[in-house]
Amino acid sequence: MNNDSLWSIFLNASLVNNFVLAYFLGICPFLGVSGKLATATRMGGAVCFVMLVSSVCAYGIHHLLIAIDAPYLQLISYIVVIASTVQLVEMFIKKMSPTLFRALGIFLPLITTNCAILGLALFQTNKGYDLLQCVVYALGAGSGFTLALVLMAGVREKLELATVPDMVQGTALTLMIAGILSLSFMGFAGLGA
Amino acid sequence: MVNKGSAATSSSTDEFIKGLWRDNPVFVQVLGMCPVLAVTNSGINALAMGLATLFVLVLSNALVSMLRHFIPRQVRIATFILIIATFVTVVDYLIQAISLDLHRALGAFISLIVVNCLILGRAEAFACKNSVGRSILDGLGMGVGFTFALLCLGGVREILGNGSLFGVALFPAGFQPWIVMILPSGGFFTLGLWLLLFNYLKGRRQARQTLAQEVGV
Amino acid sequence: MQTASHSSAPPRPASWPMYRALVGVGVACGLLIVSVYVLTLPVIARNEAEALQRAVLQVLPGAVAKASFVFAADGTFHPAGGAGTGGEMVHAGYDAAGQLVGVAVEGQGMGYQDVIRILYGYAPQQQVIVGMQVLASKETPGLGDKIEKDAAFLANFQSLDVRLAADGENLQHTIEAVKQGTKTAPWQIDGITGATISSKAIASILRQGSAQWVPRLHARQADLVSAGGPDGE
Repeated sequence: MNNDSLWSIFLNASLVNNFVLAYFLGICPFLGVSGKLATATRMGGAVCFVMLVSSVCAYGIHHLLIAIDAPYLQLISYIVVIASTVQLVEMFIKKMSPTLFRALGIFLPLITTNCAILGLALFQTNKGYDLLQCVVYALGAGSGFTLALVLMAGVREKLELATVPDMVQGTALTLMIAGILSLSFMGFAGLGA
Repeated sequence: MVNKGSAATSSSTDEFIKGLWRDNPVFVQVLGMCPVLAVTNSGINALAMGLATLFVLVLSNALVSMLRHFIPRQVRIATFILIIATFVTVVDYLIQAISLDLHRALGAFISLIVVNCLILGRAEAFACKNSVGRSILDGLGMGVGFTFALLCLGGVREILGNGSLFGVALFPAGFQPWIVMILPSGGFFTLGLWLLLFNYLKGRRQARQTLAQEVGV
Repeated sequence: MQTASHSSAPPRPASWPMYRALVGVGVACGLLIVSVYVLTLPVIARNEAEALQRAVLQVLPGAVAKASFVFAADGTFHPAGGAGTGGEMVHAGYDAAGQLVGVAVEGQGMGYQDVIRILYGYAPQQQVIVGMQVLASKETPGLGDKIEKDAAFLANFQSLDVRLAADGENLQHTIEAVKQGTKTAPWQIDGITGATISSKAIASILRQGSAQWVPRLHARQADLVSAGGPDGE
């Protein structure tokens, strides 16, 4: 049983231990989708939603597996649930807003291999959060992920207008920026402690 | 080192070698970034993570290749993920049995091997279309290339950030370690610099080749 | 094995091969996981027991053997492994003559970066904490992680005063962390410069832990001396 307060869980997940900049989860979409601000915001929103649903499902599965005493099935069941959730979200978005669906394109199915979602499920299991804490944790992680993505997209959009040496262009530059962002987020350490 | 432009079936050694340098999963394909940055804060962690990924990659490539005629196209991703998740669970328990300290150091990232785009990518792009032998070689090559990349990062970060390599102190006691290297930002910076180096070498090689072509070799 | 329909509409993907593949692979994977789990379970359990043994013997200097006890709902300690193992565990350490050296208790709390887990040893006769070891921490390398290895910091815990007040329920003095070099009393912890929050976290974990456990352990020492005795590990 975990005694962290909801507010400190949220702060921790979104700022202090930001999933992208501190835990290195979700780097692939972080590098791939952060070119444009609009796409980045939408991706962040989709990830938030998938995180929420997966978090609740993971909580349920974890307790079910304990009840039937099969802890070794944890990884497989989590990944299957995440894949199914992404599939459902994809169908939902396709129905509700075809424009959004087209805008997100290939990135939506890629959320399945987004380590951030599986990482969220694994971390909350390890910390032994109860249901409400899980939801707040997912919200915090999702907002932290979106925040990092949006910050990176903003910087990269501005950089397109600057002259950058050929050698540095591309992923190398993005990683350098990520490093500086990560350094700046370290300033949040100790918040809510 | 590589037979460029060979249209015919590439030799078996080529399957293995391409993963080391030409198609290196980290430096060229830029896949599987999460563990590359997260567990390379020391040489030992990097090596262990690389070997674990190699293990899962080879075995899942082999199994996917063995079953490739048995798995219909529509469900292939689902079955690939099932197979990969199984081997990751296996490797998780094996590491716990070998060393609890190592397991604690690598943490949740062992389980996160399952979402390493590299493994799913190889299963999808290669293993389901090639024989078992070639798939195993491909897995070995990519895995060794991945481990090599991890060691490059882990080595640099540990030497600069801790003054040691694999736990062996390299500098006299007065050495002030560059702590940022062990922190997450250090991971980003180091990988960025390695990619920079690779781009530079690639650019130089291409310039030399264009020059050779123009001169009419 | 084909089950394609014979209608003139474009053939739908045959379902049987899909089910066969998914179920077949699922079953095979399940079998593989279960066999590896069963095979490695004893090895992992042994590893964990050895790690715990090493940690307990380290926080209780002079101990050579350990025995685990469970704190039951009725306020007494029963040897672990017996009936009713639900409840918090403590580990008693015994010297070569079989005398109780002290009791090792786990504690955890929020540090600078993430949760810190520690094991500390309490000697009921002398009413002091005799050792502390960090089991798991994610503090900043080079700064906060000094709490794990800094010799001067660890020396704080060789004889940390936790004696009970006259009522036997609360500690006479509150454990607190002070700035490095300003320690004046045996219930204070000399902090580490540059790792203030991590040092304070350790103090807080010990404060809460000892407030909870010291009264219980002091009152029921007899349970730990007589019942069970050291297990042959």
